[in-house]
Amino acid sequence: MPLTRRNFLKGAAAGSAVVACAATTASEAEARENKTLPPKAVGLLYDSTLCIGCKACVKACRDANDTSPEFNTADPLWDTPLDLSGSTLNVIKMYAEGTSDHKDQEKDGFAFIKKSCMHCVDPSCVSVCPVTAMRKDPDTGIVSHHPDACIGCRYCVASCPFGVPKFEYNTPTPQIHKCQMCRHRQAEGKIPACAEVCPTGATLFGSVLGLREEAARRRSLPAGETTTFSRKTVGSSDTHEKNTAHYLPHTYGETEMGGTQMMLLAGVPFDKLGYPTLPEGSFASASETIQHTVYKGMAAPVAVLGGLMYLAHKHTKHDGQDED
Amino acid sequence: MVTKTTVIATVLALAMAALLGYRFVFGLGAVANINNGYPWGIWVAYDVVIGTAFACGGYAMALLVYILNKGKYHPLVRPALLASMFGYSLGGFSVLFDLGRWWNFWHILTPGYANPNSVMFEVALCVTCYCLVLWIEFTPAFAEKWGSAATKRKLNKVLFVFIALGVLLPTMHQSSLGTMLVVFGTTVHPLWQTTLLPLLFLISAVSMGFSIVIFEATLVTNVYNRPSEARILGYVTRYIVWLMSAYLVLRWGDIIVEGKLDKVFSSGGLSFVFLLETALFALPIALLAPKANRIKPQMQFIAAVSMLLGGSLYRIDAFLVAYHRAGWHYFPSVGELTVTLGIIGVEVLGYIVFVKKLPVLHPVERALPAAATTAE
Amino acid sequence: MKDDILDAIETRLGLSRRHFMQFCAAMATTMGLPNGAEAQIAEALTSAARPPVIWLHFQECTGCTESLLRAEHPTLEKLILEIISLDYHETLFAAAGHQAEAARRASMEANKGKYILVVEGAVPMKDGGVYCKVGGQTAHDMLMECAADAAAVICIGSCASWGGMPSTSPNPTGSTGVPELVKDKPVVTIPGCPPNPYNFLSTVVHLLTFGKLPDLDDKGRTKFAYSRLIHENCERRAHFDAGRFAQEFGDDGHRKGFCLYKLGCKGPETYANCPSILFGDVGSGSWPVGTGHPCIGCTEQGIGFQKPIHALAELKNAVPPQSYPRIVEEQGEGASMGSVALIAGIAGVAAGAGVALGRNLGKAKKPEDTTFGEE
Repeated sequence: MPLTRRNFLKGAAAGSAVVACAATTASEAEARENKTLPPKAVGLLYDSTLCIGCKACVKACRDANDTSPEFNTADPLWDTPLDLSGSTLNVIKMYAEGTSDHKDQEKDGFAFIKKSCMHCVDPSCVSVCPVTAMRKDPDTGIVSHHPDACIGCRYCVASCPFGVPKFEYNTPTPQIHKCQMCRHRQAEGKIPACAEVCPTGATLFGSVLGLREEAARRRSLPAGETTTFSRKTVGSSDTHEKNTAHYLPHTYGETEMGGTQMMLLAGVPFDKLGYPTLPEGSFASASETIQHTVYKGMAAPVAVLGGLMYLAHKHTKHDGQDED
Repeated sequence: MVTKTTVIATVLALAMAALLGYRFVFGLGAVANINNGYPWGIWVAYDVVIGTAFACGGYAMALLVYILNKGKYHPLVRPALLASMFGYSLGGFSVLFDLGRWWNFWHILTPGYANPNSVMFEVALCVTCYCLVLWIEFTPAFAEKWGSAATKRKLNKVLFVFIALGVLLPTMHQSSLGTMLVVFGTTVHPLWQTTLLPLLFLISAVSMGFSIVIFEATLVTNVYNRPSEARILGYVTRYIVWLMSAYLVLRWGDIIVEGKLDKVFSSGGLSFVFLLETALFALPIALLAPKANRIKPQMQFIAAVSMLLGGSLYRIDAFLVAYHRAGWHYFPSVGELTVTLGIIGVEVLGYIVFVKKLPVLHPVERALPAAATTAE
Repeated sequence: MKDDILDAIETRLGLSRRHFMQFCAAMATTMGLPNGAEAQIAEALTSAARPPVIWLHFQECTGCTESLLRAEHPTLEKLILEIISLDYHETLFAAAGHQAEAARRASMEANKGKYILVVEGAVPMKDGGVYCKVGGQTAHDMLMECAADAAAVICIGSCASWGGMPSTSPNPTGSTGVPELVKDKPVVTIPGCPPNPYNFLSTVVHLLTFGKLPDLDDKGRTKFAYSRLIHENCERRAHFDAGRFAQEFGDDGHRKGFCLYKLGCKGPETYANCPSILFGDVGSGSWPVGTGHPCIGCTEQGIGFQKPIHALAELKNAVPPQSYPRIVEEQGEGASMGSVALIAGIAGVAAGAGVALGRNLGKAKKPEDTTFGEE
């Protein structure tokens, strides 16, 4: 067909129609919804206003997972991880603004924040891993990693919205590392090491629903009111009393990306603490919707293949006799 | 055989081999600058993603010749196939040395390990199959050189299956290379993040296929002093114009409909590369729209190069430049670049060897007396 | 410096000139004064003019005086009682009753506007202040009477500074600190229960030497002693920073000297210099935390005698902040000279070749057939 203006417009119109059809079908067809919270989901609640930055949890995590210290100062004297890494599964970072005089205040204030795996309800890493090295436990919801399956493609590193899984780049036999909620300790009836050692109860372990309730309770109290905080697990007898701080009216992880099993409370806006604003629809569901729509039951590809084979056969029937 | 080109290509290939040896002994970080903020570098963005897009010549020509039945383009098929064969094989090889735990690579093809929800799984499966298909599609050339006419006839009887696969598989995985980015969500800048990613990647891949055919045909004509194929290439240029127009309509349309138009001019450096992409995609349309231009080798070449650059820039931007992790920096290291150059070197070397030793190029029966085999 | 006074010091107090100079140097160091200040101090202390001091006792346990009496270098009560003229001190006076009160009034009259008023103990304000009376006069009346003609008021101890232990909820007697009552005179507070005596002595010596009070904060506390949190100078700070806490008294961590935060140490919210100068001049570890008991925040209003001893402290600051990674840290390799040069080189070669080819094509011979067939 000669490329006249009419033909171009016809083609463009046809093309757009095709795309529009595809788009509508895609949106109506099984848009994969967010996955839901497993029945016995366990998780962690981190309260930045209770955290005193003692880093007992960083040390406990090292001990529980047998990871090596990281040195980032001129003299390698102190364990100073900058971020999560191949050997740091849990880190405490500090927010400081202006004079940093007031704890848990955004302006001229300082605050602490914990970074470790969020154990998302609909994890990107589980969705993208081509060899099922990342798995989500169907009961507890713990997202675990299995290096024996892993091929080291680092899709999980690239796709985690929180930048949690980390890879080792300086060894010929590298592995992915991330917090696994001390599932090896939980198997022995213990709780994650970070919750075990926290002196103020800033990191609390428990059922996700129980943690959400506790978070809501704290947020409902007016700032300055004395209340009881438990340590280690929600409702434990190891408690202490303290004035509540001013909380942001949101528990981070309750709705983000369909929810996360590690949730956060803070007085400083979360995006200033390194936790981005994320939509309620998980990225994994967006990606899988496209894949499932196009490849559902491999019906479309097989049909297309059939058509292609017919045409190819028809157009190559004579090739055996013709010159190439 | 020993020319400036082949010598340089060989040197690069050897350098690559040495660096890869180092990589396997000391780890990825010993050679590459990839890190936990940018876990994918140019070995993924160029060698795999752009490399296989450059290798879409076979795909584009198979689509044109065998599906749309444009038999007149037949002479362009085999050289395109050759480039595709090498491009995909080397893309697959690049995946292997980029994988951190490469000894487990077979997991991705093994039920029990393989995760069908993962876009990467689908890409890996399709690329693996497609590599096989390409080599099989090329067997008639081997048969011509080393086999009998009877072998060739038998091959041709079943070739249609592989031709069909050779159109289906790239359609699946070139679009999925775009889908791979959807899960990155807000980590990729809104000007590049869209549910249209698979369609945009597919359209640009097919155009790059046509463009690489023009590019390589022009080069070969020039280097080996063959008669120009500009006339036949001229017909191919139309498809590039169509595809580029569709791409730009979709890309800009999506940005406008999703309310992201303000970001086009307010995103600093990213605005610049976005507009550059558009310019590189628009230039072929401008150059090739006038009918008279489409037959001029110069216009064809410039348009093809512009399109290839645009498609490459689009992929580099989507995977690396528009991907943002606060505080993290990445720029390929000298070692990383050398390995990539080595891959290109192997490709060029392989192409030259095969072109010289096998019946790839259309025999020039009506050629001018000055024979077509002397190199520069 | 007057030699006869130095001789007198030596004869009567057995204090050699060298020891006297050492004392002046120690005072200077405690206050953080520059080199040469000890000479000024020595000069001031041996000059003949000795300002009178009136020392009042109200709702107190006399611990502050006891603390002062244990100042060691030198046996201070002797020296200071000679350097300053202590015209009224209920604990140390041999006299008692109306004669003592008369002596006080006589001194106040004779030294109008020149004497230093030291107050030890809180002042009860409830029910007309009847809960503390001396010689029939309420503490409040006595305070206002003495403060009226004082040059300066120094509150020694937490009780005088802000009410201290007597003011613990429900504060049945309305115990109040002096700064809330005396508004028209310079008021220094030296909180603590008891404070280290050298905080008080340094203040007095500073006043005598320079004729003015040391720098004070908004609560009247001397900055040289009360501008840092205990947490900032605590010898167990490394344990806090590494999360090593004693969980119970007597446990393994407690025996190893781990941080006492979890047992309720108020160091992170208490301003004082206890870990720096300790108590009793007996060497390291001679302060509450050093002996294994959490700080109770005795200098801080609202903390000491108010917040339960085993309640966890709030963190007042996070100094130094550089021991924590920031929210965003710069990581990863950027462009190097080599890589940029390599890319530039390749781009240049490719561009050059492309342009050359492009130009060549422009000059190429025409293709065989310039017409398009119809598809």
